[in-house]
Amino acid sequence: MLDIIQQLENRREEARLGGGEKRIAAQHAKGKLTARERLDVLLDPSSFEEYDTFKTHRSTDFGMEAQQIPGDGVVTGWGTIAGRPAYVFSQDFTVFGGSLSETHAEKICKVMDLAVQNGVPIIGLNDSGGARIQEGVASLGGYAEVFWRNVQASGVIPQISVVMGPCAGGAVYSPAMTDFVYMVRDTSYMFVTGPDVVKTVTGEVVTAEELGGAGTHSKKSSVADGAFENDVEALAEMRRLFSFLPLSSREKPPVYETTDNPARSEMSLDTLVPDNANKPYDMGELIEKIADEGDVFEIQKDFAPNIITAFVRLNGSTVGVVANQPMVLAGCLDIDSARKAARFVRFCDAFNIPILTLVDVPGFLPGVSQELGGIIKHGAKLLFAYAEATVPKVTVITRKAYGGAYDVMASKHIRADVNYAWPSAQIAVMGAKGASEIIHRKDAGDAEKLAAHTKKYEDRFANPFIAAQRGFVDEVIIPHSTRRRVIRAFEMLKTKEVTAPFRKHGNIPL
Amino acid sequence: MFKKILIANRGEIACRVIRTAKKMGIATVAVYSDADRDAVHVRQADEAVHIGPPQANQSYLLGEKIIEACKATGAEAVHPGYGFLSENAAFCEKLEAAGITFIGPKPRAIKAMGDKITSKKLAAEAGVSTVPGFMGLIDSAEHAAQIAGEIGYPVMIKASAGGGGKGMRIAWNDEEARDGFDRSRSEAKSSFGDDRIFIEKFVEQPRHIEIQVLADSFGNCVYLNERECSIQRRNQKVVEEAPSSFLDPETRKAMGEQSVALAKAVDYESAGTVEFIVDKNRNFYFLEMNTRLQVEHPVTELITGVDLVEQMIRVANGEKLPFTQDDVKIDGWAIESRVYAEDPYRGFLPSIGRLKRYGPPAEGPLDGSPAAGEGPAGRAIGGGAPIIRNDTGVREGSEISMFYDPMIAKLCTWGETREAATEAMGKALDGFVIDGIGHNVPFVAAIMQHPRWRSGEISTGFIAEEYPDGFAGAEPDAPMRARLAAVAVALAASSERRLAGTAPSLGEKLGLSVPGNRRIVFIGEDRFTVDPSEASVTVDGSDLGPLTCRWQRGDLAARALFGDDELHIRVDPITDGFRLRLRGIEIDARVYPPHLAKLADKMPVKEAPDTSNLLLCPMPGVVVWLAVAEGDKVEAGQTLAVIEAMKMENVLKAEHKAVVKSIPVKAGDSLAVDAVIMEFEQ
Repeated sequence: MLDIIQQLENRREEARLGGGEKRIAAQHAKGKLTARERLDVLLDPSSFEEYDTFKTHRSTDFGMEAQQIPGDGVVTGWGTIAGRPAYVFSQDFTVFGGSLSETHAEKICKVMDLAVQNGVPIIGLNDSGGARIQEGVASLGGYAEVFWRNVQASGVIPQISVVMGPCAGGAVYSPAMTDFVYMVRDTSYMFVTGPDVVKTVTGEVVTAEELGGAGTHSKKSSVADGAFENDVEALAEMRRLFSFLPLSSREKPPVYETTDNPARSEMSLDTLVPDNANKPYDMGELIEKIADEGDVFEIQKDFAPNIITAFVRLNGSTVGVVANQPMVLAGCLDIDSARKAARFVRFCDAFNIPILTLVDVPGFLPGVSQELGGIIKHGAKLLFAYAEATVPKVTVITRKAYGGAYDVMASKHIRADVNYAWPSAQIAVMGAKGASEIIHRKDAGDAEKLAAHTKKYEDRFANPFIAAQRGFVDEVIIPHSTRRRVIRAFEMLKTKEVTAPFRKHGNIPL
Repeated sequence: MFKKILIANRGEIACRVIRTAKKMGIATVAVYSDADRDAVHVRQADEAVHIGPPQANQSYLLGEKIIEACKATGAEAVHPGYGFLSENAAFCEKLEAAGITFIGPKPRAIKAMGDKITSKKLAAEAGVSTVPGFMGLIDSAEHAAQIAGEIGYPVMIKASAGGGGKGMRIAWNDEEARDGFDRSRSEAKSSFGDDRIFIEKFVEQPRHIEIQVLADSFGNCVYLNERECSIQRRNQKVVEEAPSSFLDPETRKAMGEQSVALAKAVDYESAGTVEFIVDKNRNFYFLEMNTRLQVEHPVTELITGVDLVEQMIRVANGEKLPFTQDDVKIDGWAIESRVYAEDPYRGFLPSIGRLKRYGPPAEGPLDGSPAAGEGPAGRAIGGGAPIIRNDTGVREGSEISMFYDPMIAKLCTWGETREAATEAMGKALDGFVIDGIGHNVPFVAAIMQHPRWRSGEISTGFIAEEYPDGFAGAEPDAPMRARLAAVAVALAASSERRLAGTAPSLGEKLGLSVPGNRRIVFIGEDRFTVDPSEASVTVDGSDLGPLTCRWQRGDLAARALFGDDELHIRVDPITDGFRLRLRGIEIDARVYPPHLAKLADKMPVKEAPDTSNLLLCPMPGVVVWLAVAEGDKVEAGQTLAVIEAMKMENVLKAEHKAVVKSIPVKAGDSLAVDAVIMEFEQ
């Protein structure tokens, strides 16, 4: 028996070496960790349970039958993150360049099926040259099996992708359909067709980094939700993100006991909004000051910074924050910010994460490019997402809430549960100046008269009280009490129940 | 006694005066500009009167507005604080005419001393030792060069109405004398509305030591010992102390008596300061007399127990000084650090904006013990334990505006000895939380650790000599690095415990928590092996003794106790670790269990992008002027652009020879910090 056990150990040892010392050294030389090392960083020590360690491919073409490496280029199983379970797969670039074979795909599908069945998140670490060309359509089939499972799992368990090497061609569509995609700077890239093909077809000369690097996807395309400096930082931050997420849509998000007083006052918030309505201020400060321990995990930090989407904890429970950022484009809604926030709202709603909306929005960004780009439909995504969400929704209007953007940003009318306003709130169809220019068009040339009209409009509408009179705002609150107010609101909403009419699914304007 | 007084000032000094007035049962009236609507001094006063737009020359400098405010509120007297109208004789006369008392000296004394040339003559007549110089006004740049040549370089060019380092230039040759004259004159004109300039000998290796005097209207005058203000940056005081470590009792007495003689010569009333320059042989020369309450007056209050503001009010009310020279003693040592919104890492450029975080150390005994009693200005005094006093006019959420002096606070400590006061100041600075704007706390904290400061071997050249290339942060020595590594591990353990105490933990159920306590700490290129235990913490095999860390997630500062030795540390979480700041040191410490440390070590070191071919905007400001165009060849030292911030024009010069490739900005643009102003050819 001992002999047999020794045999097992030897086989495991062989499997752990993946593509061998030389390829491991090459991986390290690129500044990348190996598939197993990455799992060591991501998971709690000794918590990893591996499956299919010895699985190999069945290909017999092009001499592949002679090249058998146990594990077939992907390490799969489960482990814990701060004690909470997660299924994982980590592609091994040292084995056939991490290429995806039929069996490689089967391994991924196995843990995905278990994840959905058991209500546990799945985290994929992508580092793959693409389809295993020697296998042809069998490999493509494998991809599609993974894609189908991504879709089945969507909204059931959180799915996180960390792209830590190449991810090109069809392979990109698995991460693309997961909830969060992260990348590592300088060592990862994602594109449907690479620079060579682009050059041949369109004549455009572009580097892989420009076409699909972490910077491109986290800042411009919004394919990635964030970019990190290196593997270790990326995985450490994934552990942080994981701490905010529930294990599945059947569960509530985790509660982390905190010593941070839920009634903590922040007197400095009373001076956050400047006297001058055209002066920007940092909405990030408000989020940081009301969050437990000032701990904020931003999603898509580098994309459409005119809106902030972030996870925080309030009184220990995860809350998703959507906030206009007056520092950028005056905090207006545009195509990018609407898309960004809409996706975040839908994630929160799918996973029982309450939503806190902080509003300072002067309206939608005007412009030809916005209209031709379809702002109508993209703005509608956010409106749709908010209106559809049944999780507890609390809104605080800090300053401007103008026009249609007021309606969109979790207003009472689209069924936010509790709507607060700071005394500095201005809830109106538009700014006072613009409004009086329209109402009093006949006085167009008369600056003095217009100023008087503007003043009148300001006095009447540049405050939260008209809305409060109608009940559109539940209460006007003092800024320094915001944390206490918002926490109390969410505590009361913990037992919220909404029954939606039966339907197969809604038809969000995609 | 007055029933109500008005404070014709803003910021910390207005708050300071209100504090004493409250103690004396006097009602207070604040004045404020548009920029100070929500300021602390406005809230602290019983009443507040709006006096105009933010610009000082349309608000705080307008005597008429102050008098109107007095009339409107029924204030019987005005305390001017320092700066603004504090040394404006015409204002005093107008107040007198309106039947309102000026809490300060009489106009005659202000006039006599306010003019540096007259004051020097008067001082010489009163037997006060003076610096060689030209007793007259300079009327042109050429004249300046000629006079300077006669006195002998180096010379100091000064605005007659100047103060606080404004309108002052040192010249080492004719060219600098001419240039200095022009600049001093324009600065003097814009700052004081008075462009008279004079020149005197510049004493090398000098110390700045000043005598506090206090006189009543009955001819009584005492000196309350000295303050040393040698730690200056470009003639702007940064750290002051009382007493001076340099004076012997004889010199102190001589300086004190000469100061009193000068005060008596002008029938001085109220509090005043006679400034001297002292050379290495303890020869002292009269510089000027400031006929107002000085910024750094708290250090005098801390060592003498006299509330200077109270005495000023009492003297103005016609009371006699309640003590004589024999009653004035020196009790312990006091230090003041001026906390400025100036970024030491960016050449001390002013930094304006919102104080996102403002958490000064608690006032009173440093060790948190109950105060032994109440001292000057309602401040706690201890039974020998170090004391912290913080004079400020801001709170969290306040705006440091471009319109006024960028001072955030005056942090003072008192101790029985200079060493005790220094230690206390070091800790107090390390525990001072300011975020949102750049500030000089790290710089002053580094000074407190500097061997020259510790030894008292200082001069007004200290900062220029010790930090010739500016301040780039202090380097921790080996023992400090080891301690910080140990602290990082303690903080990480606290975070881990906090995360472990969550929800249903599969890890705990299956016994899968991190094995062992050993951690590897990454600080820059260094690796430290830290083994904490209940009894002590070991770093790289050497035992640092027991470590207690008071910190929990969300706290901005930690207190780490190594035995009896306490470190106050600013803490900001970063990925896998913490940014730790104290004593001007700033380090990132990352904490890994041994098995992950090996992996973290494989991560590539990425170099910051090369910005040497770019001219970056050093502070938020407006482009006033672009001196060059695209394609121009520039020489090292050539002016490239002028940026205006905080009403100051900052000239940006070429660091080396280059060709201008592109200029993406134009005059009038508002720029953020690090915005690209121009790019050079590689």
